[in-house]
Amino acid sequence: MKKIQRLEMVDICKSFHGVHANKDINLTVNSGEILGLLGENGAGKTTLMNILYGLYQPDGGQIRINGKPIKISNPVESISHGIGMVHQHFMLVQNHSIIENIALGYKDTPFFFPKIKIRERVKEFSRQFDFRMDLNQKVWQLSAGEQQRVEIIKALLNGADLLILDEPTSVLTPQEIRELIDILRRMKADGHSIIFISHKLDEIMDICDRVTVLQKGQIVGNADTKDMDKQGLARMMVGRDVSFKVDREKLEKGSQVLSVEDIHVTGDKGLPAVKGVSFNLYKNEIFGIAGVAGNGQRELAEAITGIRKIDTGSIRVNGQNITNMSPRKIYDYGVSHVPEERIRFGIAPGLFLYDNAILKQHHLKKFSKRYFLKYNQVKNHAKTIISDFKVSTHSINNQIRNLSGGNIQKLILGREISEQPDLLVASHPTYGLDVGATEFLRQHLLQLRRQGSTVLLFSEDLEEIFELCDRVAVIFAGELMGILEADDQRLCDIGLMMAGSKRVGDNTHLPENNQV
Amino acid sequence: MIQITTSDRYNITAARSLMTSLGAFAAGLLVISIIFLAAGVNPLFAISEIFLGSFGSAYGFKETVTKAIPLILIGAGLTLAFRAKFWNIGAEGQLLMGAIFATWTAQTFGEALPSVLIVPLVFGAGFLGGALWGIIPAILKIKYAINEVITTLMLNYICAEILTMLIVGPWKGKTRFGFPGTDNLPESVILGVIPGSRIHYATLILAVVSAAVLTVVIYKTRFGYEARVVGENPDAGKYAGIDFLKTSLILMAISGGLAGFAGVGEVAGIHHYLGYPASVSSGYGFTAIIVAWLAKLNPLYAIFSGLVFAGIVVGGDAIQISLGLPAATVQIVNGILLIFLIMGDYFLHHKVHIRFGKTN
Ligand SMILES: Nc1ncnc2c1ncn2[C@@H]1O[C@H](COP(=O)(O)OP(=O)(O)OP(=O)(O)O)[C@@H](O)[C@H]1O
Ligand SMILES: [Mg+2]
Repeated sequence: MKKIQRLEMVDICKSFHGVHANKDINLTVNSGEILGLLGENGAGKTTLMNILYGLYQPDGGQIRINGKPIKISNPVESISHGIGMVHQHFMLVQNHSIIENIALGYKDTPFFFPKIKIRERVKEFSRQFDFRMDLNQKVWQLSAGEQQRVEIIKALLNGADLLILDEPTSVLTPQEIRELIDILRRMKADGHSIIFISHKLDEIMDICDRVTVLQKGQIVGNADTKDMDKQGLARMMVGRDVSFKVDREKLEKGSQVLSVEDIHVTGDKGLPAVKGVSFNLYKNEIFGIAGVAGNGQRELAEAITGIRKIDTGSIRVNGQNITNMSPRKIYDYGVSHVPEERIRFGIAPGLFLYDNAILKQHHLKKFSKRYFLKYNQVKNHAKTIISDFKVSTHSINNQIRNLSGGNIQKLILGREISEQPDLLVASHPTYGLDVGATEFLRQHLLQLRRQGSTVLLFSEDLEEIFELCDRVAVIFAGELMGILEADDQRLCDIGLMMAGSKRVGDNTHLPENNQV
Repeated sequence: MIQITTSDRYNITAARSLMTSLGAFAAGLLVISIIFLAAGVNPLFAISEIFLGSFGSAYGFKETVTKAIPLILIGAGLTLAFRAKFWNIGAEGQLLMGAIFATWTAQTFGEALPSVLIVPLVFGAGFLGGALWGIIPAILKIKYAINEVITTLMLNYICAEILTMLIVGPWKGKTRFGFPGTDNLPESVILGVIPGSRIHYATLILAVVSAAVLTVVIYKTRFGYEARVVGENPDAGKYAGIDFLKTSLILMAISGGLAGFAGVGEVAGIHHYLGYPASVSSGYGFTAIIVAWLAKLNPLYAIFSGLVFAGIVVGGDAIQISLGLPAATVQIVNGILLIFLIMGDYFLHHKVHIRFGKTN
């Protein structure tokens, strides 16, 4: 039997700088149950879970296990009570191997020969929950999904009966998500309780028994998922109807904006990551690149935006050769970039929100005059982004690390998009956004398209691709498996193309071959 | 079994930050007391002697201000470098190179030019010397990924040896009776002092102005912004298209150049000739590291923390003589304070949880 039969959070309150992040929160989760925690960006989900995990102290309220009040003043105590947490952003030591990372966080690791002793236990757990991993691999070599599994094993090994997962799926591939869901189901059958935070309503409907919905720090609803549908959940979250469909009117293709010719790019591990990719993009179009993560998308995006050097081939923007130019030059030629690992690349965490609002644009005339930054303009710009993109923060004089995960994403998106780029390279732009923000962003991308911009969209979310894109390419092992109009019947085989077992010729674009 | 874990601390207020610095300082003094005890000296007496020796008398205070001049200059420059996470521990060498350049300029042009021309020229030469010595590690770091801690440290020794070579060889003065050292600098180069003290006020004003200007540079300019972004998150710097080479070159030129200014002040304001490295600078380049740290990497605060550590140097010298303690005393005191200040910074940003006994 599990130590935690029933966990309750009672009347929990927490505020930062006088603003409530959590107010009078009551929540219960039972053994063998998966509770979904829902809410807009900045609603207070992560804060609440950090309180349960002992990272924050609540201003008021109580936590009870099996009816008995307990005090959790730090993570060591919460672990000893049987609570485990996998954070929104992973916290593993990159240069250590899997087994070393597990040994680091394990409470009974012996001082001498730590790895030998716990290797057996880890193997046992891996078998029980069907994890397949080489324990000697270094963490930096792992995909997001694999890193997450390491975090989960760490928690289970420490005896977690209640596992908190903060947006576990936003960085996973669809396949990895299915594997995660299998693991969670097995844990549930085994009597574990799980609190699952996600913005993807389909997943919530799929695996959660119950949901609790937060809004601006307060609970606005509880429901059994079997009595609910996706629309109902969305309405509870944002207080209005959300449309999951967008209208993409037909637009005539404009002049050529980007031309990528036979480029080869080397990845982090020193192996070829992009192998002879060519395509052209035009004004007024959204071009999607679909594919399972790790097939060269990131390297391709970095090559186009100048962060990564190209081995051979050429890239032109509006006819100008930008091959291997510096990121800033390329930006000045009209190319914006929403990078994949935004928290890692897109912000300077300890600087203020307004500092971060001009990262990469600080050299532009409107923000700097000779050697000085025009902080008045900078602050106004930050305020505009905040109101346009509904970034929730108490002030622009806030270190950006204090924003909620989704609000950081919104700020970065706002920064990159608000400049009316000729070409926007966007990797998974809706990661971590709530339903309302996702809807807003999609509308915004379509508006950019209407205004004559081009969007190069990398996504694993096929629904998103089909909804937004005029043309779709599929990438596999660093090669394009074909480029097709979005309404082409052959896209039914997109699954096969993503798996690399089917390739189609690009014969829908004969005119393209005439342009140089 | 003892179990230790850490977690990040959020809401760090200015008051808490100040309390942590003071607490760290106090804890450092406690450990220093133990060392004094071990040396058979009453720690309360020793510490009060340090304080009285540096701030308690007119003579002591004047000496403190004198020694604060190089500490403020170098400390302010280091705040910039450290903010960009460029660990410049080569300020001592940069100071010496500034002194070498200044001496050459003074000896070459000093007789021919009036003070109003030669003094700025000598300061310019000192800045250039320090800056050149400072940008070598910047180039090595960015172009060849060689760790700057090693290079800046090693360049200290190289510069000290170059200086020694000069003063025992080609630059050896005729008026030194065979002892190493250059002849005195021409009168026109010698800096004026506040009467009755050794405070060369031109350098003092330069130090305070530099600290103020640097504060503006860090918080208001494009370059300061880029340096802070690089220091906060190099990956973001790369993404933002910041030129690391350019940024590092500028910041090390400034940091090294200010150390060069300090070298000019020591040679033209205090000694009036170029002697052995250890006499030109009594470890100011190293002490300034602590100055920058106590200033919380804010150049303006370096004016105050520079005074504090100058006080410790002066007071330390005083008790060395009055209590017969070894010459290393001041270094020990400074080293311990630095360790505690850095630890304080860690505890300011992290919570540490310790549990005794077996967990189940
Ligand atoms: N350390 C902190 N200092 C100041 N404010 C904070 C801090 N941590 C969180 N907040 C604020 O509390 C609110 C709730 O943040 P929280 O991270 O809990 O949101 P969330 O529901 O997890 O959102 P998301 O879906 O974007 O991850 C936000 O407005 C955030 O700015
Ligand atoms: Mg969150």
